[in-house]
Amino acid sequence: MSGPLTIFDKPNSLIGKPVDRPDAKRLLQGRGKFVDDIQLPRMVHAAFVRAPVAHGRIVSIDLDEARAVPGVIAIYTGADLADHVEPYVGVLSHMVGLRSAPQMPLAIDTVRWTGEPVVMVVASSRAVAEDAAALVFVDIEDLPPATDMERALEPDAPVIHPDFGNNLAWERTVEAGDPDAAFARDDVSVVERTFRFGRHTGVTLETRASVVDYDPSEDTLTCHYSGQAPHMMQFIFAKHLGLPEENVRVISNDVGGSFGIKIHTYGDEIATAAAAKLLQRPVKFVADRLESFLTDIHARDHVVHGRIAVTPEGEIAALAFDDITGIGPYSMYPRTSAIEANQILNLTGAPYALENYRANAKVVFQNKNLMCQYRAVGHPIAMAVADGLLEEAAHKIGMDVVEIRRRNLVKDDAYPCTSATGMKLDDLSHHKTLDKLIETMDYDAKRAEHAALRAEGIHRGLGLVSMIEVTNPSPMFYGIGGAPIASQDGSTIRLEAGGAIHVSSSVTEQGQGTNTILAQIAAGVFGVAMDRVKVTTGDTKTTPYGGGTWASRGAGIGGEATLQAAHALKEQVLDIAGVILQAKPEALDIVEGHVTDKDGTQRMSLSDLARTVYYRGNELPSDMTPELVATRHYRVTDFPFVFTNAAMAAEVELDPDTGFVKILNFWAVEDCGRVINPKLVDEQIRGGVIQGIGGAFYEECIYSEDGQFENATMADYLVPMAFEMPDITIAHVETPTKTSVLGAKGAGEAGTGGAPAALLNAVNDALRPLDAQIHQMPMTPERILKALGTV
Amino acid sequence: MTDTQTISVTVNGETASAAVPVRQNLVDFLRNTLGLTGSHVGCEHGVCGACTLEVDGAMVRGCLMLAVQADGAKVTTIEGYGDRAAALRAAFIDRNALQCGYCTPGMLASALEYVEGGGGADRAAIREHLSGNYCRCTGYQSIVDAVCDVIEGESS
Repeated sequence: MSGPLTIFDKPNSLIGKPVDRPDAKRLLQGRGKFVDDIQLPRMVHAAFVRAPVAHGRIVSIDLDEARAVPGVIAIYTGADLADHVEPYVGVLSHMVGLRSAPQMPLAIDTVRWTGEPVVMVVASSRAVAEDAAALVFVDIEDLPPATDMERALEPDAPVIHPDFGNNLAWERTVEAGDPDAAFARDDVSVVERTFRFGRHTGVTLETRASVVDYDPSEDTLTCHYSGQAPHMMQFIFAKHLGLPEENVRVISNDVGGSFGIKIHTYGDEIATAAAAKLLQRPVKFVADRLESFLTDIHARDHVVHGRIAVTPEGEIAALAFDDITGIGPYSMYPRTSAIEANQILNLTGAPYALENYRANAKVVFQNKNLMCQYRAVGHPIAMAVADGLLEEAAHKIGMDVVEIRRRNLVKDDAYPCTSATGMKLDDLSHHKTLDKLIETMDYDAKRAEHAALRAEGIHRGLGLVSMIEVTNPSPMFYGIGGAPIASQDGSTIRLEAGGAIHVSSSVTEQGQGTNTILAQIAAGVFGVAMDRVKVTTGDTKTTPYGGGTWASRGAGIGGEATLQAAHALKEQVLDIAGVILQAKPEALDIVEGHVTDKDGTQRMSLSDLARTVYYRGNELPSDMTPELVATRHYRVTDFPFVFTNAAMAAEVELDPDTGFVKILNFWAVEDCGRVINPKLVDEQIRGGVIQGIGGAFYEECIYSEDGQFENATMADYLVPMAFEMPDITIAHVETPTKTSVLGAKGAGEAGTGGAPAALLNAVNDALRPLDAQIHQMPMTPERILKALGTV
Repeated sequence: MTDTQTISVTVNGETASAAVPVRQNLVDFLRNTLGLTGSHVGCEHGVCGACTLEVDGAMVRGCLMLAVQADGAKVTTIEGYGDRAAALRAAFIDRNALQCGYCTPGMLASALEYVEGGGGADRAAIREHLSGNYCRCTGYQSIVDAVCDVIEGESS
């Protein structure tokens, strides 16, 4: 890459500084602007009648009583909307063989999961809409459900889409080397385990929400949308509602948590937009918590049979596994529900130098809510299987779990290289991060302390994970599969007449601090103070095209585009300053809002320069373009992803009488490349770890055999709260990616992706002296007691 | 189901009278009728704490109290804490004790209750006090840090 490689060393660079978030002030005053805060003139409210059973045929729908409720404005069934919405199918062309059935916003003939929207009621208030929805009678003839993903593939299982013949949505096998020969070797020790990962979900504190307005005079649809990918949604609304794409505007201001939940196509949201178009007035839909549990995408839900073979020297001779995952009755549109299984095939064991590898994944339709991408897609499964098997293998051959990692992790000087699964890896630092972790946690002292405590009947355990993390995806991820999901992002930066700059970016802010780091980068590279930078994101009408925020790409892709745009604007300004000041542009600089000589002597303020260009163009030569705005777009090339890596460890204390586990310590060392703002990235890593703790110990969508969701409230579905959570120690190794000048990788997935493996290993370390092991998450007290054989 | 009752309530120092549906909860009244959208709704059954606000000096869940129950009461929301919460606000910014900001008004209310109640800079006690407020973004640690900073006078 060519570019301003020395910017990070400049005294006015803000990159790497723990700058405060300017938008925090607003949120702390209660002046956030979330979708449910919006009230528009003539706005009406939607509520949905949802399927009460997991599988059934709709015999009839009686709307008479509901229509009679005062305040009801419209009621739509699936058939009513069928003429107004083009069906959508969640497949990608490069995922060969993946199949899914067409979906419509509301079920038409058959319901396929409990909670599927069937009838939409629009009324003067949400309360009235709910009153009327309660009076809708949907006569459903029960069909046998296929809820258990393992049994759903059996020949006598009910087939959810009869045309498909069975419930297999997709299957893929990856193989490298000769794993059968390696497992058959006389000298290897083999460990074989079955891991189970419960279904869980995002539980964003702000539920899914949209306010959609339609203006018939201009045929324009404006959607205020709590989401992560505005341009993707612009395409989807336009395509499936039959509108010119340029007539659709999607605005995502403050978003109250997303984590991958808010990048999918939900029937109730498409129905809301269709209703707005039909009624020609604003319609608001805000999911309540029950609706969120029933219909926000779920994730994980895997059963993995895994095997590892290690030599007496601790070398991994082979790794193999079979994964089954249940995705509900459809593959989610447009990202598809096969991505998680695909990630597991690609990521499992990828930190290690593996020669012999086989992985098979079966993606299965079932009569439960749809499963799709949630934070750290596939990572928790991949890491828990590989590092769970590895730590058990270490114990089997009597080797320390750190030592076995050191013997197998890809060397830090071995990059670039290709993993056994074909992933191109570069700029990783497994050994450096592991060394830093061991030092940070004082590993040897902890081991000695635990051994002493065991003699006193106190059961503590340590568990580790070495992981890679998918970040900064390139167009080879979705673009190649034909999905309307951009992997490039853009930044437009203009010099304001008052001397400030305005950054308009296609990456979006959901609280992780995107707007702040963009301001930091722009301020430092261009040469103004932080408080002279204003940032706009989340509006398809005013920002450049881009993918928004998903897969930890905001800093690495949006940040690089901003860096390049700031640099380009600076060149423009210095060219004009050279003319005005009769100086060579290369002899000038911009520092703290002034054009200066290279020695720092101030020559003119940016405001004077901008006012001259904008208002007094008569003072400029006629061949000078009065333009102080620059746009740059950036995409990752040559790599499908910019992988990053981390090493983490957990320390737990187990009460064998109750099965309760207390997390005493958690340490995370991440290499996210160049750290732009340590204050923001540290707490994002901590937040990720907490979500990983949720998956490891608390969170599970529990379904009955007939497909009823049994714990769909926040009182019953446990989420991590402050009291149970530990303080988390964070450290960094910085290996900038060579794919960009900025050198930033992502940091959003690691904690959620790695923590469950470390916690599983820590619990098993505590259980081992008691001759017990657990391989199921969440590790509830009951399951631990079952593992101990006491219940 | 659509019965209404007229209430008079002082919110952030201003008295408001309105006819409210008797089944309407307080936070919906504040948000939808008075336009005070700072208090958020997260779960509507008292678990998440996003709607925490002050009624006659006590922090309550705005989703578990009916608007008619607030008749004659003095209500303070995030928009009305003023200087009382200045130190906490500064500490929350300094520690990055918020990300998406959706839990923040309720979290700040609970933190304010702890600090004004004379709670000490005891991390376990702070965590216990905040254990009714769900935050999905942070690791809670920065919030605990912020509360400690205020108690220890490290934040202005």
